[in-house]
Amino acid sequence: MVQYVRTGFDASFAALSDATRRGVLEQLGRADASITDLAEKFRMTLTGMKKHVGVLEQAGLVTTEKIGRVRTCKLGLRRLEEEAAWIERYRQRWDARFDELDKVVEELKRKEKVDGRKKRE
Amino acid sequence: MDARRESEPTPMKNRTTVERKSERELVVTRTFNGPARIVFEAWTKPELLKRWWAPKSTGVSLLSCEADVRVGGRYRFEFGHEASKPMAFFGRYIEVTPHSRLVWTNDESDDGPVTTVTFEEKGGKTLLVMHELYPSKEALDVAVAGTEGGMPETFAQLDELLVTLSTTRPRL
Repeated sequence: MVQYVRTGFDASFAALSDATRRGVLEQLGRADASITDLAEKFRMTLTGMKKHVGVLEQAGLVTTEKIGRVRTCKLGLRRLEEEAAWIERYRQRWDARFDELDKVVEELKRKEKVDGRKKRE
Repeated sequence: MDARRESEPTPMKNRTTVERKSERELVVTRTFNGPARIVFEAWTKPELLKRWWAPKSTGVSLLSCEADVRVGGRYRFEFGHEASKPMAFFGRYIEVTPHSRLVWTNDESDDGPVTTVTFEEKGGKTLLVMHELYPSKEALDVAVAGTEGGMPETFAQLDELLVTLSTTRPRL
């Protein structure tokens, strides 16, 4: 099951600040991989790759699952992307409301002008 | 910009921005081409609120809209596709300063934010800032991960889909 690790933006940004870790995410975007596969692909020691995956896991960007002797890594829920998408949907919702509100404001302005004129007459 | 003006009879559209200002805060801003007293009126009279709160593009309709805009007064908006199971949003106004400031609670859940809307008039235009302060970082995280004012079920479905996608992708 996907583990939902709630961590802040800080952890996500820290995790993404490293070129190898960004490469690992890209790789996992194509297919799940074991730590051994990743270590080979990025030409580093198993211990080094374990550390990188640990950071990504802490940030909620990657989840791992141990089956037998193999630890398989896959993309997590990609919080940053999700959050950005949510914020955009939220913005569109309010933008649609505000477009309607614009119409109400225009109408009230016109009404006020007419009423003002009436008062002066 | 000239071409745009020719093709659209309405004045240039103002931009809506949304920003997660901190772990607990969400801020929405928008400028309106009218004085603050008019924009404020549109936020405080139920018959006007009704006209813009549930635009057609969102796919849900406003079944009822009650708003007693005074300190301690209550509001209740009901949305839905059918009257049998409406979705209600409700709370209390805790600050009402004519033409400049509105603060209300969102009491649908214990994790609802406190919403502050300010209206700032400059040269006949009004800058509106809507600030939502959640009780905790977790509360806003949950809002962002799942439900959203309007159609939580849609986003819950999307979340399920994301989980399904991330768990069923064939393994190598």
